Amino acid sequence: MCGIVGLFLKNPQLEPQLGALLASMLGTMTDRGPDSAGFAVYGSAAEDLKLTLRGPSEAALRAGIAALAAATGRSFPVEMRDTHAVLSMPAEAEGEIRTWLRASAPGLDVVSAGRRMEIYKEVGLPAAVAARFDLAGMAGSHGIGHTRMATESAVTTDGAHPFSTGTDECLVHNGSLSNHNDLRRRLGRAGLSFSTQNDTEVAAGYLTWRMREGASLRQALEASLDDLDGFFTFVVGTETGFAVLRDPIACKPAVMAETDDYVAFGSEYRALVGLPGIAGATVFEPEPARVYVWERH
Amino acid sequence: MPSFDLRTAPLRELNRALHALRPDTNETRWLIGNPDGRHAVAVGLDAAVSVEIDGHVGYYCAGMNKRASVVVNGNAGVGVAENMISGFVHVRGDASQAAGATAHGGMLLIDGNAGARCGISMKGVDILVKGSIGHMSAFMAQAGTLTVLGDAGEALGDSLYEARLYVRGAVASLGADCVEKAMRDEHRAQVFAKLEAAGLAGEVDPGEFRRYGSARSLYHFHVDNAGAY
Repeated sequence: MCGIVGLFLKNPQLEPQLGALLASMLGTMTDRGPDSAGFAVYGSAAEDLKLTLRGPSEAALRAGIAALAAATGRSFPVEMRDTHAVLSMPAEAEGEIRTWLRASAPGLDVVSAGRRMEIYKEVGLPAAVAARFDLAGMAGSHGIGHTRMATESAVTTDGAHPFSTGTDECLVHNGSLSNHNDLRRRLGRAGLSFSTQNDTEVAAGYLTWRMREGASLRQALEASLDDLDGFFTFVVGTETGFAVLRDPIACKPAVMAETDDYVAFGSEYRALVGLPGIAGATVFEPEPARVYVWERH
Repeated sequence: MPSFDLRTAPLRELNRALHALRPDTNETRWLIGNPDGRHAVAVGLDAAVSVEIDGHVGYYCAGMNKRASVVVNGNAGVGVAENMISGFVHVRGDASQAAGATAHGGMLLIDGNAGARCGISMKGVDILVKGSIGHMSAFMAQAGTLTVLGDAGEALGDSLYEARLYVRGAVASLGADCVEKAMRDEHRAQVFAKLEAAGLAGEVDPGEFRRYGSARSLYHFHVDNAGAY
């Protein structure tokens, strides 16, 4: 069992409230996943690339970033949030910085990269995780959160969702995949690298690979119905898109609500109760094996 | 007339009060506000009272219901009226998966659509869905009727025993051992009776339904299969 929440705003006036709404939704889903929690927030577009790093502690993270700056001769704006830090840098510096981090700072992980997306995740109760990173204070156009009850891999921050395997791309998952080992090998041959043994990271990598090959978000998800074996409800974010897909036998729960102002996802309706105008929303269950995509232009 | 606002009164207090009702109670009409998707609202009732819930409910609403009439002015989550014994449960919106699962008796009326596995393992309940039902509905259904004004999803009636399935719209596919059967007068009369119980007498023509039932080739012991045991 896991909990998923997602919110995609159609009305920009709600953007300052995105984090607060998402934090409340996430807290409600504690019953479904008390092991760890995480969330992705798509804020305003930066000129530069935002790299979200995670360290074992705030002090270790600060030290690592100082060493990174010294070693690369670069200085970048840093926004600290507990064990995570968002570094802004020119997109062309990403490769160099990732290489240095891998070689010289094994305790520091790159959680996400994007012009708009930032990902935060930690072990602990969802409300505590949201508070540590001040999710309630974040603004944005869309966000996705996850509360985890671990089944396929250990309760570690590495196993927490969302998973990101491409710029501004993230995926959260309720369920378990049974062909992830085989698919991980195949995707490895296609040039993708994975940092965990987690099944969900493979699903994220699969969509990244499909979209890199030219598929749209919708096409990538439609293809996943043939290539992924297992139980899943996925919620996917891209720089401008928000998508939902359930496996063909709908093993895992999903409820959605749509108004003129937003589209919202919850593993249970309870997660959606606090949203503005929910009483007048169209509330429905996404159908099995049907891809739902919303795009912002 | 007792009323409960579930944002201020604990759910357990409500269910405890409902369970404490005596057969001769004068408190026969209960109003429940702000269910907010909570699970197990009005479960295990055993009194001839009516309970009206204003909003969406979570899992297992009106589960194990006996004699009571429960109306949900909203959508219902997984397993509404599961294992109902008798009484009447009415969902004015949509129902999620496994609506009426294992229910022995009474009537479950759903104004909207029902999700997958509607009537799974039903044992005598009458379920009527005004919209459509999802895949694997009436899986291993043993007795009772499932009447659907809309369409049915994949694998309807898989491993069916003796329940009768009436569908007005399209059936995506039939499950193992489920076959279409002739609609005779007795069946049209039965559909009419269920429509009447749902307040639809005269509005829907029983002649528009098709009947599905068990081919009975799966659940009888067959000596040719003896080696498999």
